[in-house]
Amino acid sequence: MSKAFLVLDDGAIYEGESWACLGETFGEAVFTTGMTGYQETLTDPSYHKQVVIMTAPHIGNTGMNHEDEESKKIWVSGFVVRNPSPRVSNWRSETSLEDSLIDAGVVGIQGVDTRAITRHLRSRGAMRVGIFSGESLSREEMVIKVRQAPLMTGAFLADDVSTQVKYIVPVPDELQKKFTVAAIDLGIKSATPRLMSLRGIEVHVFPVSATKEEIMAINPDGVFLSNGPGDPATMDAIVDLVREFLLDSMPIFGICFGHQILGRALGFETYKLPFGHRGINQPVKNLRDGTVEITSHNHGFAVAAPVDANFTTVFGAGFVSHINLNDGVVEGLELLERPAFSVQYHPESAAGPHDAAYLFDRFAEMMTKAKAVHNA
Amino acid sequence: MPKDSSIKSVLVIGSGPIVIGQACEFDYSGTQACRVLREEGVRVILINSNPATIMTDPEFADATYIEPITSEIIEKIISKERPDAVLATLGGQTALNAAMALDELGIFEKYGTRLIGADIPAIKRGEDRDIFKKIVAKVGGESARSAICHTIEDCYQAVNELNYPVVVRPSFTMGGLGSGIAFNKEELDLIAGAGLRHSPTTEVLLEESILGWKEYELEVMRDYKDNVVIVCSIENVDPMGVHTGDSITVAPALTLTDVEYQRLRDLSIDIIREVGVATGGCNIQFAVNPLDGRIIVIEMNPRVSRSSALASKATGFPIAKIATKLAIGYSLDEIQNDITQSTPASFEPTLDYIVVKVPRFAFEKFPEADPRLTTTMKSVGEAMAIGRSFPEALQKALRSVEKKGTSFSWSKGNLSIAELKSAVQIPTEFRLQQVQQLMSLGSSVEELHELTKIDPWFLSQIELINNMAVEVRESLELTQELISKSKRMGFSDLQLSELRGVSELEIRNVRHRLGVFPVYKTVDTCAAEFEAHTPYHYSSYDLETEVISRTKPAVIILGSGPNRIGQGVEFDYSCVHAAFALKAAGYETIMINCNPETVSTDYDTSDRLYFEPLTLEDVLEVIRAETLAGPVLGVIAQLGGQTPLGLARGLMDAGVTILGTSPDAIDLAEDRGQFGKVLDDAHLVAPKYGMARSYEEAVTIAHDISYPVLVRPSFVLGGRGMEIVYDDESLRGFIERATQITPNHPVLIDRFLDDAIEIDVDALYDGDELFLAGVMEHIEEAGIHSGDSACVIPSESLNDEMQRQIRAATLKIASGVGVRGLINIQFAITRTNPGETGTLYVLEANPRASRTVPFVSKATGNSLAKAASLISVGKSISELRSSGVLPKSGDGVAHGISVKEAVLPWNRFRRVDGTGVDSVLGPEMRSTGEVMGIADSFGEAYAKSQSAAFGALPKSGNVFLSLSERDKAGSVEPARTLVNLGFTLYTTSGTHDFLSAAGVNSILVRKNSDINASGPSAVDIITDGTVQLVINTPLGRGTRHDGWLIRTASVQRSIPIITTIAGFKAAVAGISEITSHPFSIKSVQEWSA
Repeated sequence: MSKAFLVLDDGAIYEGESWACLGETFGEAVFTTGMTGYQETLTDPSYHKQVVIMTAPHIGNTGMNHEDEESKKIWVSGFVVRNPSPRVSNWRSETSLEDSLIDAGVVGIQGVDTRAITRHLRSRGAMRVGIFSGESLSREEMVIKVRQAPLMTGAFLADDVSTQVKYIVPVPDELQKKFTVAAIDLGIKSATPRLMSLRGIEVHVFPVSATKEEIMAINPDGVFLSNGPGDPATMDAIVDLVREFLLDSMPIFGICFGHQILGRALGFETYKLPFGHRGINQPVKNLRDGTVEITSHNHGFAVAAPVDANFTTVFGAGFVSHINLNDGVVEGLELLERPAFSVQYHPESAAGPHDAAYLFDRFAEMMTKAKAVHNA
Repeated sequence: MPKDSSIKSVLVIGSGPIVIGQACEFDYSGTQACRVLREEGVRVILINSNPATIMTDPEFADATYIEPITSEIIEKIISKERPDAVLATLGGQTALNAAMALDELGIFEKYGTRLIGADIPAIKRGEDRDIFKKIVAKVGGESARSAICHTIEDCYQAVNELNYPVVVRPSFTMGGLGSGIAFNKEELDLIAGAGLRHSPTTEVLLEESILGWKEYELEVMRDYKDNVVIVCSIENVDPMGVHTGDSITVAPALTLTDVEYQRLRDLSIDIIREVGVATGGCNIQFAVNPLDGRIIVIEMNPRVSRSSALASKATGFPIAKIATKLAIGYSLDEIQNDITQSTPASFEPTLDYIVVKVPRFAFEKFPEADPRLTTTMKSVGEAMAIGRSFPEALQKALRSVEKKGTSFSWSKGNLSIAELKSAVQIPTEFRLQQVQQLMSLGSSVEELHELTKIDPWFLSQIELINNMAVEVRESLELTQELISKSKRMGFSDLQLSELRGVSELEIRNVRHRLGVFPVYKTVDTCAAEFEAHTPYHYSSYDLETEVISRTKPAVIILGSGPNRIGQGVEFDYSCVHAAFALKAAGYETIMINCNPETVSTDYDTSDRLYFEPLTLEDVLEVIRAETLAGPVLGVIAQLGGQTPLGLARGLMDAGVTILGTSPDAIDLAEDRGQFGKVLDDAHLVAPKYGMARSYEEAVTIAHDISYPVLVRPSFVLGGRGMEIVYDDESLRGFIERATQITPNHPVLIDRFLDDAIEIDVDALYDGDELFLAGVMEHIEEAGIHSGDSACVIPSESLNDEMQRQIRAATLKIASGVGVRGLINIQFAITRTNPGETGTLYVLEANPRASRTVPFVSKATGNSLAKAASLISVGKSISELRSSGVLPKSGDGVAHGISVKEAVLPWNRFRRVDGTGVDSVLGPEMRSTGEVMGIADSFGEAYAKSQSAAFGALPKSGNVFLSLSERDKAGSVEPARTLVNLGFTLYTTSGTHDFLSAAGVNSILVRKNSDINASGPSAVDIITDGTVQLVINTPLGRGTRHDGWLIRTASVQRSIPIITTIAGFKAAVAGISEITSHPFSIKSVQEWSA
């Protein structure tokens, strides 16, 4: 172990010890407050180009396994922990966390005051960060390097994370296939098509570059817009595509980045939150029935939409269906006259509570209704 | 719906006396409930028999009934107060059981009131094992598989399904008698065979063994809108087989993946919904097979529990407070999170620290008891610690327990490796320390996991601690880096000093010189995502501190640490009152304590809370941090019992101001020579005493003083190892058995005042004026520890002259010792004839808050702890009189007659062979709690106290008497009264003859030792339920005596047993009262009106 430094855009420097790979790495500094689920976090493509600070003090206790990964790869550009586990203890574990990070070439840092860094980011907002280990740069040199790294605002990252070729997640043999859905992969997590397939939905996962013709070729019952990294303001092509589907009254369901894209398609602006929502304990209020869901979040941007009353769009009236009870951020959108809805949070959880899994059922219901209208 | 406006008054049912398994966590939850209800404008009616609680202070309810928690009394209260609703989910199992009993009697319907929080069907669904099992199955969970068997063949069949090992539980036997675990057919034959014989229905339950599985607990809350949140997950370091209350536990769960944790969460939510807990909290326990992840749901508590208190302190989410708000109609999203003040309560706390809870046991007080930890809880208290890593939190928690041998040590122990390996296989009080020693002697994580089933992750963390210790011991120099690293692993200066072979002070000086100080982080429910407004801190050796500066002068109050026998909720009571009084007087109050069960560790109690071990090092560091934050007036050490008192000298030596009575005065009162001089100057006498360094010296001293004498080793405190001996032979026996007498370890020998009346006095002194708060007379004669003795205020038998003498003596001692605040003095009075004034002896003086402060405060309506804390910061008694804290003139006057009775934990302990432990009282304190009875007459007050402590005294039926020779004469009159009241007496031969001669008839039963006589034995008539009350005064301690058989049989059968003649007389006075009229009720507020 050698010395390592976590260096923030604003010049704050935290000294720790090297962990996982030696070297240097850059990204947007974000903290996540989940106490479980580091493996899901690491393999969630939405964390692409981000250096993740874990507020939970012990990380790596249960190792890594193949069942819980959300994609085939570790996406974070850096990983910051207080106490990495010296030992793995779990019956499903296959490798240790540190070994997996080394295999993925991830530069980490351990032993830093993660709470102090979190408080810093909370009060100053998300910013660029670098981790340096095994090098002998001066403090000034490190800060300069961090400031040369690209910003998250304006970043178009979908190409990095999207699948190159279309693939299908079939309905399990023991279940009956009811629907075909085209999922546009903006950084999709594996839990999402899995949960849809368990509801009789055959999911065709398309690359971000897919055209309307390619999508319509599978004769989908609905279109799904996945989560993913980057600034939604850079997604004009997809936004245009979504508008076309809206005009066709194609059932649409968006999650996270997909929700932001639906929001933009409806004509709303998206904006960057000061430090985002990342964790698995976020209270979201369903404005339809007043109930509260405890939900999994991972977003730095949000949609600006009016919460107090219905809104009108070129696609007809709609409303904000969910809000975050902590800060009032818009967490769900729904159209009244066309079959489209989206949520900012993660009903597929992984990691996180399963409170919002009902939304996949709603997507299925929506497609059933649309089919009935179509067939009538 | 913000609040149910139909609820204008609520009856809150408390949990009664502190017993093992139900401690002051319910004072914490009940106090929160009362505070919330009053804030909401609801009229609060409270019943709780425990005077030591904060909730029973008159200011927390509109009508406070310190009465036995029985259906009879509660119905009277409901009838008088007509509450709109009854809240029974915050008073532990006691309150829940009371609610169930009231429901069966139809009381709620009769008076048009209702239960809120959980309804009766939901309680039953949660508590009835069969119904609960069905619910678990319905939501897709699993319970442990089991089979009911009536023959040994049935058992063989069942084992084919369940596999070895199986747990064998005979049906309808007492206290788990005859149960065990069979690992093979031979053992099954033995255990199940015996079980079938023991069971009155020839029935045993075989259950699959989940011993060694991982154990988890989730705290769940639900509101009327069906929103459910998980407040906290707790993982037991000790695997299945040890009661959660006796396990070392950690929060959050540390060895589950998200997939596995979410499965527990889903099950918890489905179960709380299916059970139908309408609003409020509950906890659900799970076992997880470490080999394949199979989950078994163990049980649920449909109420706030001990774990809820722990979870509240661990997360900053006040479960009881929220549960109360939910009960009166709020939903989770309508309630604000106190700590962030910007987010709602409908979220799940997330932790960026580790919490460890360690139980504190009292086996040393019950040497006969089986020390194995099982599914019956045996610990008497717990300490919690918070750190930024498991090693840090664990080591802090271990030192918070404040017991020798609890902190990890690297010096050579007494046991060999082989002995340690065999020891760690059985869970006992010090198993984790043995594990740590074994590992430091070379055992691997794998081997220890095999032996203990403790998860390898926890073991590997202990390995890290051991490795650190080696590094500290072996490095040439104690560098800044090394100190920092070891501190991050929770090492204390004391541990470092032992490893380096230097003094603790040297380590501290080096550490300070190198600038290694802890920082203080905040418990904020949200892992720093939002700003915290509640300064609830814990120390950690990390980078950034969160203590904010202040301008108001601060008073630091030291709490009393984990509950233990002799130091419990009574001291928390005093600390909490000091916090309230000083806050009101304009000071910034800062509490340091480590007991998660208490009101003092509620972040609402003081301006700032430091959840820290009460060691000199940890306290000094808090004082340093607070001194940097603003002016610190000083530290109050006299309210939290022995723990803070023991720190006072060290604090003063480190330059800290001790408010109130000075450490010199404290030492003076404890030093026999110096204190003797105070008494001499005041012309007061103490019983003669001497100190022996050999058996021969002891005999000489005993003869000089004259028997009986009280003997004890000089190096233990608190009555431990004390005994009364009557002759040379038993003196020799004591010295051989109980002490290793050496010139360095002498034995103290005091004259024992046989048949003396013992008096306890609590008083306040400001250097000028004395306020005599209360004079209590013990009901049991001298020789029974004051904490185990019942007492009455006002005293029954002291004449005016003796009262004057006591006041004068108290004043002289208080001024001679130099008290500024509270003092407790124990006196003994001997008389040759009843009626005469008698001779006053001073037994001991303690210049601090005593165990009786809350009792006296409640009996007299004066808040002594508030007054004491104000005297500590310089107020005079005359100022307190004019500001209304104390009465305008005169001393404390009791309203009505109040009796305090001690509650003893005999039924919790069994000997290794399964028989009960001896219930005889002695000079060593063993009670866990107390109750209070108030009435206009002594008899009724005493009867109430018995009803609250042990169950009602019988109004009719049979009483068994077997008395020692010296007690027989005193028994004639009460025995005659019993016969006149219609009771039938059963007696053993000696007692029978004596009573017959006095003209009192009784039925003779044989002693068990008398195997030649025929007919039922004493034990038979106790065991078969013939008698409703047992009076047995002992000859001496020793298992061979018949008395022991009688007492243990009574304990096993839960029949009230009285072991002193004074107790017998008082009981008869009580029985006389209750046979003539039912209990009256009166609230504390009415008594002091």
